[in-house]
Amino acid sequence: MSDELIQRVIKVIATTKRIPLESVTIDSDFLQLGIDSMDAVEILFALENEFDIGIPDDDVRSVRSIRQMCEGVEKLLLARSAKEKSAGGKAAQ
Amino acid sequence: MHRVAITGLGSISALGRSTAEFGKALREGRSGIAAIESTDVSQLRFQNGAEVKGYSHTPYFEDRRADFIDRFAQFAVIAAREAVTDAGIAWTPALRESAAIVTGSCVGGQNTEDIGFHEVYKLGHNRVHPLTIPKTMANAGASHISMEFGITGPSFTISTACSSAAHAIGQAYWMVRSGVTDLALAGGSEAPFSFGILKAWEAMRVVSPDTCRPFSRDRRGMVLGEGAAMFVLEPLEAAVARGARIHAEIVGFGMSADAGHITQPSAEGAARAMRAALRDAALVPEQIAYINAHGTGTPANDPTETAAIRAVFGAHAGKLAISSTKSMHGHALGASAALECLATVLALRDGVLPPTANYNEPDPECDLDVIPNVARAAQVEYAISNSFAFGGLNAVLALRK
Repeated sequence: MSDELIQRVIKVIATTKRIPLESVTIDSDFLQLGIDSMDAVEILFALENEFDIGIPDDDVRSVRSIRQMCEGVEKLLLARSAKEKSAGGKAAQ
Repeated sequence: MHRVAITGLGSISALGRSTAEFGKALREGRSGIAAIESTDVSQLRFQNGAEVKGYSHTPYFEDRRADFIDRFAQFAVIAAREAVTDAGIAWTPALRESAAIVTGSCVGGQNTEDIGFHEVYKLGHNRVHPLTIPKTMANAGASHISMEFGITGPSFTISTACSSAAHAIGQAYWMVRSGVTDLALAGGSEAPFSFGILKAWEAMRVVSPDTCRPFSRDRRGMVLGEGAAMFVLEPLEAAVARGARIHAEIVGFGMSADAGHITQPSAEGAARAMRAALRDAALVPEQIAYINAHGTGTPANDPTETAAIRAVFGAHAGKLAISSTKSMHGHALGASAALECLATVLALRDGVLPPTANYNEPDPECDLDVIPNVARAAQVEYAISNSFAFGGLNAVLALRK
C-alpha cells in the first residue's frame, strides 16, 4: 500500500468526521475514533468521491479499522486500473 | 372518554388493490417484493421493491383530476374511498363538519418534485410545472381526501419518517376518544419510487440487494414499498347504535423519542413507547399476545427491537407471537405503520396471525417467536403494532379484537 493512498484515506476520514488529521493513523479503529454506522456510511461516500470508485455494500460489512479501509480502497483501485487496461488494450486493437 | 371502534378499512399496496387482497396475501405469506418497474434501476445497487404493480390513475381518477394529484396522494384517496364505503357512512352536514382527517406521509410527492428538479437542474429549462408545489406537499393526501368527501373538520398531516402513519392514527384515536370529533379518517400513504429517493436510500446502505428477511440471521436490509391504508374511526357506542361492522378497537397509543442518534435505533426508546401504549390502554404486558413488529430487516433494527420487547415483556416475551409484515408489503415509509395496523386489525378480526415471510435461519440476537413463513391460526384479544422511525421518534398502537 502506498503512503500516498494511506494519507488520502486518513484525510478523508478526518475531514468527514471533523477530527484533527493527526488523531487518525493507519492503526486506528472505528471504535477508538468514535465512528458509528452513519459516520462510516458518510466516510464511504467521501472515499467514493475522492478515489472515483464504487464501494459495494458487501465489501464494507466487516470493515472496522482504517487499515481495512485502506486495503479495500487499494483493491478497488487495482480492479479499476486492470479494467481500464483491458478496455484500453481492446481499443488499441 | 369514548371507546374507539375501527369501522372502515381501505388499502392499496404491493399486495393488492383492496383490503381483501391484502389480507389474502398475508394469510398466504406471499411477498409483494419484485423487480422495480416504475423507475430505471440500472444505475442502482438494488433492483427490488414492493410497488403497486402496473398502477395507473385510471380507473380511479379522470385524467384532468389526476393532473393535480401525485401518486402518493392518489393512493391516500383510493384507500380512503374503500374505508368510507366499508364503513357505510351516511354523511350529514353535521358529520362532514365534525369529521377529522389525519394522514401520515414521510416524503410526500417525490415523483413530482423529481420531475421539476430534473427540468431545472439537468435539462436547464427555466421553469417547472406550476402544480409542482401543490402536488409535492405532504398534506396533499389529507387535502384530497377532504375534497373527495366534503369533510370540513380538523384535517392535517403528520410526518415522522417511518412512524408517520402510527402518529396519525394515534392522534385520530385520541381525538375520537376525547370527543373532539365524531368520526376520523386516518392512515398513511407513500410513493417513494423516484430515482432521487432511491439513490438516497442506496447511499444509506440499508437496502437489501434481494429481499427483506426480518429477524432472519441472513437478513441484508430493508426493501422499500409504497401504497396506503386508511381507517374510519368512530366512538364504539355510535358504531354499535348504527349497526356498523366493528373490525377491531384501538385501545391505546404511546409515543417516545430516543433523544440519541439520528439513525441508530435505541432499545430503551422503543421500550418506552411500548410501555406508554400499554399504560394508555390500561393493559398489563401479559394481556398482549401478538406484536406486529417494526421489523425492517436491517442488521440494526431487529436485534434492538428484540431487546426492547424483552425489556417490556420479560418472561412473557417468550409466549408472544411476533411478525414483520414488511417482509411482504415492504417498507412503505410514511404508510408502513398504516399497512401494519391494518395487518394487525385483520389478525385480530380473522384469527390468523400473518407470518414473517422470507425467513431462512434463526438469529440468536432475534430469539423470539417470529411466525416464520407460515401464517398461524390464533384467537388473540390484544395486540400492539410497533413503529420506530429514523430520528428516534417512536409510536405504538394497541388494538383489541
